[in-house]
Amino acid sequence: MNFLIGAFKPACNISITFTDGKTRKQVPIKKENGRTVMVPLFQSQENIAGKISIEPLQGKKIEHNGVKVELLGQIEMYFDRGNFYDFTSLVRELDIPGDIYERKTYPFEFSTVEMPYETYNGVNVRLRYVLKVTVSRNYGGSIVEYQDFMVHNYSPPPPINNSIKMEVGIEDCLHIEFEYNNSKYHLKDVIIGKIYFLLVRIKIKNMDLEIRRRESTGSGANTHVETETLAKFELMDGAPVRGESIPIRLFLSPYELTPTHRNINNKFSVKYYLNLVLVDEEDRRYFKQQEITIYRLQDS
Amino acid sequence: MLNGAEDEEKWLAEGIAGIQHNAFYMHRALDSSNLKEVLKYSAQMLSELRTSKLSPHKYYELYMRAFDELRKLEMFFKDESKHGVSVVDLYELVQHAGNILPRLYLLCTVGSVYIKSKEAPAKEVLKDLVEMCRGVQHPIHGLFLRSYLAQISRDKLPDIGSEYEGDADTLKDAVEFVLQNFTEMNKLWVRMQHQGPGRVREKQEKERSELRDLVGKNLHVLSQIEGVDLEIYKETVLPRVLEQIVNCKDDLAQYYLMDCIIQVFPDEYHLQTLETLLGACPQLQPTVDIKTVLSQLMDRLSNYAQSSADVLPEILQVEAFAKLSNAIGKVIEAQVDMPAVGAITLYVSLLTFTLRVHPDRLDYVDQVLGACVKKLSNIPKLEDSRAIKQVVALLSAPLEKYNDIVTALTLSNYPLVMDHLDNGTKKVMAMVIIQSIMKNNTRISTSDKVEVLFELIKGLIKDMDGADVDELDEEDFKDEQNSVAGLIHMLYNDEPEEMLKIICTVKKHTMAGGPKRLPFTVPSLVFSALRLVRQLQGQEGDIVGEEVPATPKKIYQLLTQVIEALSTVPSPELALRLYLQCAEAANDCDVEHVAYEFFTQAFVLYEEEIADSKAQVTAIHLIIGTLQRMNVFGVENRDTLTHKATGYSARLLKKADQCRAVYACSHLFWVDGQDGIKDGERVFLCLKRALRIANAAQQMANVARGSSGPVTLFVEILNKYVYFFEKGSQQVTGAAIQGLIELINTEMQSDSATPDTASDAFLASTLRYIEFQKQKGGLMGEKFESINL
Repeated sequence: MNFLIGAFKPACNISITFTDGKTRKQVPIKKENGRTVMVPLFQSQENIAGKISIEPLQGKKIEHNGVKVELLGQIEMYFDRGNFYDFTSLVRELDIPGDIYERKTYPFEFSTVEMPYETYNGVNVRLRYVLKVTVSRNYGGSIVEYQDFMVHNYSPPPPINNSIKMEVGIEDCLHIEFEYNNSKYHLKDVIIGKIYFLLVRIKIKNMDLEIRRRESTGSGANTHVETETLAKFELMDGAPVRGESIPIRLFLSPYELTPTHRNINNKFSVKYYLNLVLVDEEDRRYFKQQEITIYRLQDS
Repeated sequence: MLNGAEDEEKWLAEGIAGIQHNAFYMHRALDSSNLKEVLKYSAQMLSELRTSKLSPHKYYELYMRAFDELRKLEMFFKDESKHGVSVVDLYELVQHAGNILPRLYLLCTVGSVYIKSKEAPAKEVLKDLVEMCRGVQHPIHGLFLRSYLAQISRDKLPDIGSEYEGDADTLKDAVEFVLQNFTEMNKLWVRMQHQGPGRVREKQEKERSELRDLVGKNLHVLSQIEGVDLEIYKETVLPRVLEQIVNCKDDLAQYYLMDCIIQVFPDEYHLQTLETLLGACPQLQPTVDIKTVLSQLMDRLSNYAQSSADVLPEILQVEAFAKLSNAIGKVIEAQVDMPAVGAITLYVSLLTFTLRVHPDRLDYVDQVLGACVKKLSNIPKLEDSRAIKQVVALLSAPLEKYNDIVTALTLSNYPLVMDHLDNGTKKVMAMVIIQSIMKNNTRISTSDKVEVLFELIKGLIKDMDGADVDELDEEDFKDEQNSVAGLIHMLYNDEPEEMLKIICTVKKHTMAGGPKRLPFTVPSLVFSALRLVRQLQGQEGDIVGEEVPATPKKIYQLLTQVIEALSTVPSPELALRLYLQCAEAANDCDVEHVAYEFFTQAFVLYEEEIADSKAQVTAIHLIIGTLQRMNVFGVENRDTLTHKATGYSARLLKKADQCRAVYACSHLFWVDGQDGIKDGERVFLCLKRALRIANAAQQMANVARGSSGPVTLFVEILNKYVYFFEKGSQQVTGAAIQGLIELINTEMQSDSATPDTASDAFLASTLRYIEFQKQKGGLMGEKFESINL
């Protein structure tokens, strides 16, 4: 691709490297064109430093009005594609206006950058972090180069993490009591719990536990909600009788979850729900949905 | 139904195809050690087991296919070098499967490897597995899954001495695991009957029966655990298993599992936990076939008792009989609707048990019978043929065991049980009793026992109320009565006093037998009494002058009464014979008046009752024969009697009969022995008279048929001549004999004679005898020399 770009834009090559690029953790990210590339992973309050080198094509000089690097935190709504809302924007001027005749390298550093939100790739919304290098020119258009990077923010285990315990039912038909050991789970956590049947007068065929993601974008009347079922996990096969207690053990690691995001910059929210679904022999579904909070625990 | 079966075949075929298809890809993944693919295809393969369309039988086929594949999978999991994942991680990894049934099969499979790796205590893994399996509530799915769990865990229980042995509680953990799996399986199994819509109950029960061994297998595993000793069994295993059995409230399960317990665990344990085990019985559903269960138990215990001598004290110590008896009582009480046959079968088993284990405790036997009587008295009428059969078995058991009816006679409840039988069965039972006595040659020696015995066999002794006489089979009746007659001879005591009592008792009962039975029973009674008379005669010396209750006099009175009873039949010929027998006995005892009296009775009968000419002939010969041997009579009495006898002889209807009777009478006047009368004169008179009658007969024959009859009568008379000639009678001379021979020859040569080879031969041999005597020489030879042939 670089070759193609070079064909149309033969002006110069811009490359961005991070100081600790060799040791920093790389994670995959899905680009708009569907390709997955590896990008470095940062967290809030980290120093983001590196070098930017600009190399004009052989025998050409670049006349510019200045070189700068920006660190941008952007939210893109898909109904408004291409229009980025920057919630973070930091700039470092790298060079005063002048000419570049040969490869020139600029160090840069953003120290203890506040990056409150995590990178997120949703159904209707995307939150990304990017380094943007701009070589400003009067004519011929400015030369711009982007480097994506990923941000994960880690939370300590929550000090209060109550279990979810609830009795639900349909009168004279079905009464159950269910319990999930926590209300907050980290991404590699396991949900432990049980369902206790207090009264069963319907012929149940099976029982599933679903993990549902609810992504809401916009606000007020323009709120748009998208719900996906990420996991469908069968808990029980067949019809239980009164007094049966069915165990739950659901490992979260196989599923592509993100932490819960609440009201990110007034633009969007991502919430997770556990949905307990009982299906009877006539395929009627009885369900109860409970929100759980998902957080990212620092890998030990 | 046909369609249903076809459909099922189709579904099974589809299931098998699904398993094969996925197994193929799984094998490929196994070969290339691609764990991810292995997990994917194995889960898909196991998904075929999620079907609900198959009957247990077909599902089993499917399961076995999957089972074979799972063994290959287990081999793969075991070899970490192939997949590079630690068993702990593998244990988590398989739990990512979305469907529960494949997930749990995989989990059990990895669990097995996990335990083997010893990276976690066996008990932890097992506990987790058995707990997670709760997620499968579908009865068939669950039963097979848990059966798989039981299968893979069998050799991995943390049993004492096992390589998986854990901490101090290791055995408890092992037992707990099996018990829990058992409990859950039983619950699923019981639940089958409530599920599956539109199923016929019968079909359902059949299907459930097919699965019962899956449940029972757990009990077997429990019994195989090394560490389960009596104490653990008593404290934990049995109470827990019984609790489940009682609580499941399902007759099929209860019956099967009770039976399982009895079969699977050692007898010694049963003995020591009898109370607990039996305590559960009354709590079972009323429809449970508990009699079979208890019978099995008692069978086993009695076999056990006989296995070694050390066992018996143990059985006594735990009071097995009392406990069993108590339990049976409670079961019968609890199961109100239990048919009589059930209750009685229980008693039969208990009886068998006690007979085998406590042969010396007759009181136990009686107790069992008593309990049975109690039960029977609550039943208006025993009509169920199976129940009756059981009662017969109940009554026969002690007889077979002791081979001695005397023992049975001491059982106070024995007759009470018999009372509940219908008349027909009573007879059958009575025959059994009699046959037992006969076979074992048992002597019944007291009148009390005789009394009881006759009470038992009264069905044979007299007509029962309401019995339909017409229905009696003549042949059976004869057999029965002959048996009774035989039985009377088994009632015997050397002590005359007691013997008389016995006879009186027998008399009392047999006299009530009615005209049809008397001809069979009276002779036996009479001979029995006569034996006593002769016995008394024999020992007369010892008991002179004392106030003896058993005197011949009494017996004679009794005999008269007995024989008189025959007049109701009537059976004069028999009575006459018996009188003669009595007379002979009286003769032996030297009591003239009694003998005379009996003779008188015989003559009276002859005169008044015996009209048939053939019978008369027989009777008169009997009379003559008996009278001849009498030596008790004085001249006067003897004269009277012989005179009568001769008179009757001459008055018989047929000439031939007259002739024979008359020449037979000749013996009345010639008795061998020292004191015997030897009245040659009257002998000769008789013979001459016989000759006259023979002549008359010949002439009559000539007139009537134009030919004279054979000379047989003459030859017979000739023989008498020769006899008395030999004996030395003065009146029978050689000349007389010679005359008679000539007469016979003349007769034979006459035109009207009918040749008869039999009489010719008779004559020839008679003549040959005379010739022989002549040639013999000596005194007798000389005597015969005077006869010229």
